Amino acid sequence: MSSHRYLPSTEQDQQAMMETIGIDSLEELFADVPEEVRFQETLNVPKALKETALIKEMQRLAEKNTNVKDVPSFLGAGVYEHYIPSVVNHMLLRSEFFTAYTPYQPEISQGELQGIFEFQTMIAELTGMDLANSSMYDGPTALAEAAMMSCGVTKKKQILVSEAVHPEAVEVLRTNAKGQNLEVTVIEATDGQTSLDALKNSYSDETACVIVQYPNFFGQIEDLEEIEKIAHSKKAHFIVSSNPLSLGMLQPPGEFGADVVVGDAQPFGIPTQLGGPHCGYFAVTKKLMRKVPGRLVGETVDEDGRRGFVLTLQAREQHIRRDKATSNICSNQALNALAASVAMSAIGKYGLQEMASQNMQKALYTKKRLQEAGFELVHDGPFFNEFVINLPKPCEQVNESLFDKGIIGGLDLGRFYEGRDHHMLIAVTELRTKEEIEALVEGLEGLK
Amino acid sequence: MRTDEQALIFELSREGRIGHSLPELDIDPVDEQELLPSKYRRQEPAELPQVSELQLVRHYTALSRRNHGVDSGFYPLGSCTMKYNPKINEDVARYPGFAHLHPYQPESQLQGALELMYELQQSLEAVTGMDQVTLQPAAGAHGEWTGLMLIRAFHEANGDYGRTKVIVPDSAHGTNPASAVVAGFDAVTVRSNDEGLVDLEHLRELAGEDTAALMLTNPNTLGLFERDIVEMASIIHEAGGKLYYDGANSNAILGMTRPGDMGFDVVHLNLHKTFTTPHGGGGPGSGPVGVKQDLVPYLPAPIVAKDGESYRFAWEFPDSIGRVKPYYGNFGINVRAYTYIRTMGPEGLRQVSRQAVLNANYMLRRLQPYFDTPYEQHCKHEFVLSGKRQKKLGVRTLDIAKRLLDFGYHPPTIYFPINVEECLMIEPTETESKETLDEFCDAMIQIAKEAETNPEIVQEAPHTTVVSRLDETQAARKPVLRWEAKEEATV
Repeated sequence: MSSHRYLPSTEQDQQAMMETIGIDSLEELFADVPEEVRFQETLNVPKALKETALIKEMQRLAEKNTNVKDVPSFLGAGVYEHYIPSVVNHMLLRSEFFTAYTPYQPEISQGELQGIFEFQTMIAELTGMDLANSSMYDGPTALAEAAMMSCGVTKKKQILVSEAVHPEAVEVLRTNAKGQNLEVTVIEATDGQTSLDALKNSYSDETACVIVQYPNFFGQIEDLEEIEKIAHSKKAHFIVSSNPLSLGMLQPPGEFGADVVVGDAQPFGIPTQLGGPHCGYFAVTKKLMRKVPGRLVGETVDEDGRRGFVLTLQAREQHIRRDKATSNICSNQALNALAASVAMSAIGKYGLQEMASQNMQKALYTKKRLQEAGFELVHDGPFFNEFVINLPKPCEQVNESLFDKGIIGGLDLGRFYEGRDHHMLIAVTELRTKEEIEALVEGLEGLK
Repeated sequence: MRTDEQALIFELSREGRIGHSLPELDIDPVDEQELLPSKYRRQEPAELPQVSELQLVRHYTALSRRNHGVDSGFYPLGSCTMKYNPKINEDVARYPGFAHLHPYQPESQLQGALELMYELQQSLEAVTGMDQVTLQPAAGAHGEWTGLMLIRAFHEANGDYGRTKVIVPDSAHGTNPASAVVAGFDAVTVRSNDEGLVDLEHLRELAGEDTAALMLTNPNTLGLFERDIVEMASIIHEAGGKLYYDGANSNAILGMTRPGDMGFDVVHLNLHKTFTTPHGGGGPGSGPVGVKQDLVPYLPAPIVAKDGESYRFAWEFPDSIGRVKPYYGNFGINVRAYTYIRTMGPEGLRQVSRQAVLNANYMLRRLQPYFDTPYEQHCKHEFVLSGKRQKKLGVRTLDIAKRLLDFGYHPPTIYFPINVEECLMIEPTETESKETLDEFCDAMIQIAKEAETNPEIVQEAPHTTVVSRLDETQAARKPVLRWEAKEEATV
């Protein structure tokens, strides 16, 4: 008898193996673990459950949560609920993809490698950049890696980041900067957009990079043309963090001369799942090709001239460079990159425009309806699928009342910015129906 | 079987085809100019593919058939723990109550998720013998860097700014020194001795006032247990440094010994190795970090705490190193790992490691007559062979790896650790049957014989894969990193 469905060895198997090894007891294999550190007790983890009981327990935990499929949500702020074509999940569940590891043996990993090559192409296309890597952990860590790369390349230590960049991304950036003794300066945002004057004032010969988000954390579309002029007035890199869905409508950062474009491909085929795992992307100009962190897939040929794909330019990476490597990243989010690729392929060239446009139409509609209902819009620049309104009561209180009416309201900006607890960041995607939008407006009106 | 090239999805694309079913726009749209002033508007649409749903499905199905996963066959890739990824984990992670949660929903709407995270923290603390776990790091390397940042914060809080060095064994994975550097330290290498273990004398020489930490994998990357671990811990602790446990090889020790008891101060675990979450072709993984009490104040916030019957995010870490990742880590992966822990229970987890170690030793002894084995002692969950003997016959370890492809196996890790010549590093895991182990050993033995009698068949392998060996030099010399619409210009 074997002891578990995941453990195929029977007692006879174990006996036969021990005979081959020449031991009488399995304990002999652990004889080199010093007595004093041998664990003699029972691990304090919950007891094993049979599959039927396991399902019940996991369903109990899942059902204790309110999920955004049951209750319409207006939360965004970097994590968005979008249409996920049904095919995405079916393709992800092809186990040749999800049970494989990094394609170290290209002859039996052509599927994965080609899939990533296609992902790299789609990201480069969307961002208007020359090339993209195979993916990063998520948008914020990709942003931090971009800043580290810029400091390495420019040999400068000052990072300028806009206040209108996702606050959690700025936090991750600060942690990274601390590690490498770099300096982070936050450039204030006025009226929801990066202040050009503040940027000019902080910009110096020591600036390694200027980082903005497009659309920014408040949903506003930054003026990349003007920011680029300042960013490139000396030797610094211009780094743009961008929601890739918005690039179905917006002029891509590559067209404005960005050196690096990063972001998260989560809007394409990846569920919100409490914020992770998502899928960072990292796109650069040709000039920075050999400085990119992470894995890159390249096209080549086999011995018979057949097209094939391999991991390439590995001399950049930690397993070769060890302590000379520019980044310690040694994996990517391949499966989520695949999900994003399948979703982008299903949505397609014109579908992407339509999806981005629907987001803008619905957000604009919601904004107008709220304005008609007497709510004040906090920032009045052009926006993508998010905007900020001022509420007569604290957001937290408003959200509790909305939830009682069956709606998950927007983000309380007081969570990140002092004195802004009446400001609600509302995201409206293509999934929100007119009826749900009206219910939000009505719900908010009732609270006045 | 050699096959034709698989077209790129872009090459399948035809103008006007669609593969989506976007929702109807149920409001009156405004005109384009009102929607977005033209100065912001994209001029040229991105060249995404235009394919039908069936074309899409056939394309990715074809790609999947050009890929080898654990479900396709044996995958003894050393140091990567390519064990079975249970199907139920995938079902559970897709429950709407886990998959469709937003990180900014209030705690009251997330009690089940918080309970799961809390219980997972507790279980990982129990397994590692640490006082507090954070689930924030996204992967092993990310966990390493987080752990080293914690150690740095600890030393600096004590005014100990001179601790600039992290000691790393020569057999360590390349991420260890790379993580040390990105955390602001210098990496220094401690030698291994003839037995494949850390040279204690050399460690004593290196340990001193400038030592921030020793990073160690135990069992080490050779699959050998560092039996002097208690003494190593006391050398480092007496010098004022901290001990970092790289959890890459935890599959050998579950319920048998714990890093916390061995003297380690910080641990990361790779949930995608030991705790069966899928490797996904390179990710996403999850790399939780556990620490002893004196490092708790520096953890990235938040962790999950329990108050009576309810759960909350605990933010009170005034000396925190700061966030290492947005939101709460790779929750979807952590759901899978917790499902696995609940599947196995304490006794099951212990069986996992015992069987993993038994399997590795069995293969080692079966293969020992045919390959050089640099270390004689029993191994833990993995072991190394050297292809030195075959190299003399003109057959390199790379050739052996490629020949294994013809037998339907993913080869072992090769040329790592770097201190073993022509290294093959084999990790069978506990989820493989004795028949599979025997068949693989038979294939290895056949290849060893081929090296003597018919080396060409090994040197020219693989013979049965969809492509033959690929020209990596060309790929690096003239990089083509994307498809281009018109001509395939190089990037």
